[in-house]
Amino acid sequence: MRAFTYERAGSPAAAAAAVATQPGAKFIAGGTNLLDLMKLEIEVPTHLVDVNRLGLDLIETTPDGGLKIGALVRNTDLAADMRVRSDYPLLARAVLSGASGQLRNKATTGGNLLQRTRCPYFYNTDMPCNKRKPGSGCAAMGGLSHNLAIVGASDACIATHPSDMAVALRALDATVETVAADGSERHTPLADFYRSPGETPHIETVLRAAEMITSVTLPQPLGGVQIYRKVRERASFAFATVSVAMVAGSVDGDIRVDRLAFGGLAHKPWRVEAAEGAARSAEAIADIVLAGAKPTADNAYKLPLVRRTLAAVIAQAKSESAR
Amino acid sequence: MTIAQDSPARSETSAAACSVTFSVNGRTSSLVLDPRVTLLDVLREHLHLTGTKKGCDQGQCGACTVMVNGRRINSCLTLALMHEGDEITTIEGLGSPEALHPLQKAFLDHDGFQCGYCTPGQIISAVAVLEEIGAGVPSHVTADLNGAPPATDEEIRERMSGNLCRCSAYPNIIAAIRDMVEDHV
Ligand SMILES: Cc1cc2nc3c(=O)[nH]c(=O)nc-3n(C[C@H](O)[C@H](O)[C@H](O)COP(=O)(O)OP(=O)(O)OC[C@H]3O[C@@H](n4cnc5c(N)ncnc54)[C@H](O)[C@@H]3O)c2cc1C
Ligand code: SF4
Ligand code: FES
Ligand code: FES
Repeated sequence: MRAFTYERAGSPAAAAAAVATQPGAKFIAGGTNLLDLMKLEIEVPTHLVDVNRLGLDLIETTPDGGLKIGALVRNTDLAADMRVRSDYPLLARAVLSGASGQLRNKATTGGNLLQRTRCPYFYNTDMPCNKRKPGSGCAAMGGLSHNLAIVGASDACIATHPSDMAVALRALDATVETVAADGSERHTPLADFYRSPGETPHIETVLRAAEMITSVTLPQPLGGVQIYRKVRERASFAFATVSVAMVAGSVDGDIRVDRLAFGGLAHKPWRVEAAEGAARSAEAIADIVLAGAKPTADNAYKLPLVRRTLAAVIAQAKSESAR
Repeated sequence: MTIAQDSPARSETSAAACSVTFSVNGRTSSLVLDPRVTLLDVLREHLHLTGTKKGCDQGQCGACTVMVNGRRINSCLTLALMHEGDEITTIEGLGSPEALHPLQKAFLDHDGFQCGYCTPGQIISAVAVLEEIGAGVPSHVTADLNGAPPATDEEIRERMSGNLCRCSAYPNIIAAIRDMVEDHV
């Protein structure tokens, strides 16, 4: 690990100012992704600003009936919150499907959104990777890509975003609140938060330098049947190969998909609005989702997996809405 | 509070040392540390509490599990400096050879290990799992998110999934934890 200096911030704006003043500085929250990458010298911050004790660990009801989740709320506390469990079960389920009990006790809402990809070549500093070293090439193309993207990728990068929580937040129309070094605040819909890889896969979000996430806000509860189904290579403690976040209602015994987002398919949580708002068969939904898919030989298995997972989720939605 | 504002410290070998105070198993320690030192390394290398193990150093195996303020975490993925004022419990603080924690005894009774390398992490994690179930914290396999999670084998397995055992002592680990369920949940 490269040497760095460390400080504890006194307020969110002071934290942003501290990161702004020192070139190469970064925020540290739970540390569960950043420290892993620092040990491998994939992340090489010169200065760490600890944002853990700034009182950003509260979940508050908003005046319009939504929920404001502090950026430092731990994944365990988010999923255990009774309001989240009863009003946003999709979010509780997604968070609980990720990582392990130990990691969720540390992992924060802000850090989870900003975790980096698990592409094996991003982690292997001996190999070319445009995301880790812009312009060096992409070893995943023609290499091991079984867990990488089939939609929304670019010629520069086919990585996936690993977060489960972000998939649920995308389906629920969450907004990300941030503060900059000068104290100014911004609200960014999660829909606009992540960038497509394009020619610059190393720039993953619209966050500006030294901008700190302070909270994530959910609009009013949606109701309906909410399902997060994660398919992975072992029953627990593994990243998604494909995950489906669905909010559904029923019309005359058919399932109407109100919200639909996927994990494991793209560079960002992949919402498919074109498949929302109508009752369609799982096959018809899959046709919409997979139109324009460009799998590699290694990950073409995700095409049938998306179809089958959707069929299972629709069947589950049917049986849950019949209850 | 600014702990260090010294040189930019870009060199590979040195970083401005910082001080931190926390308690481990009820004893207060004040240390001056290179900021890079993880909680795991401070426990093992500085405080010589070698019960806590380093398996992967990447959050993937759970051998380094300790309790911080009553919650289990991976000590390999946290900096020691981030624990000012915290109360840390390691396997050494749970029981002693003369006075074993009931879960330590249950691991012995059920042969919940072979080589034993993962065992301290398994036991700390299991103590926390029983507390989490008792406190109503849901898991991935909890059927009813609005109800109290049951202390079934399925729940225990899911909640223990962050602790790998290379010797695959899993059936006996589950048996040891199951022994404790009636007493603690
Ligand atoms: C073995 C393992 C398995 C895992 N499995 C899963 C899984 O199945 N599903 C899943 O979704 N995740 C999984 N994770 C990832 C885990 O969820 C993330 O590591 C965690 O959520 C990151 O949160 P953190 O608070 O620890 O972030 P940190 O490591 O502290 O920070 C991550 C990044 O975010 C930045 N940052 C943090 N907070 C802020 C803020 N408030 N404002 C601006 N920038 C900020 C940091 O500078 C850093 O760049 C796994 C991790 C491990 C180690
Ligand atoms: S897919 Fe993206 S992250 Fe993976 S090697 Fe290519 S550029 Fe790097
Ligand atoms: S050593 Fe910490 S999880 Fe493996
Ligand atoms: S007993 Fe050997 S690793 Fe678990």
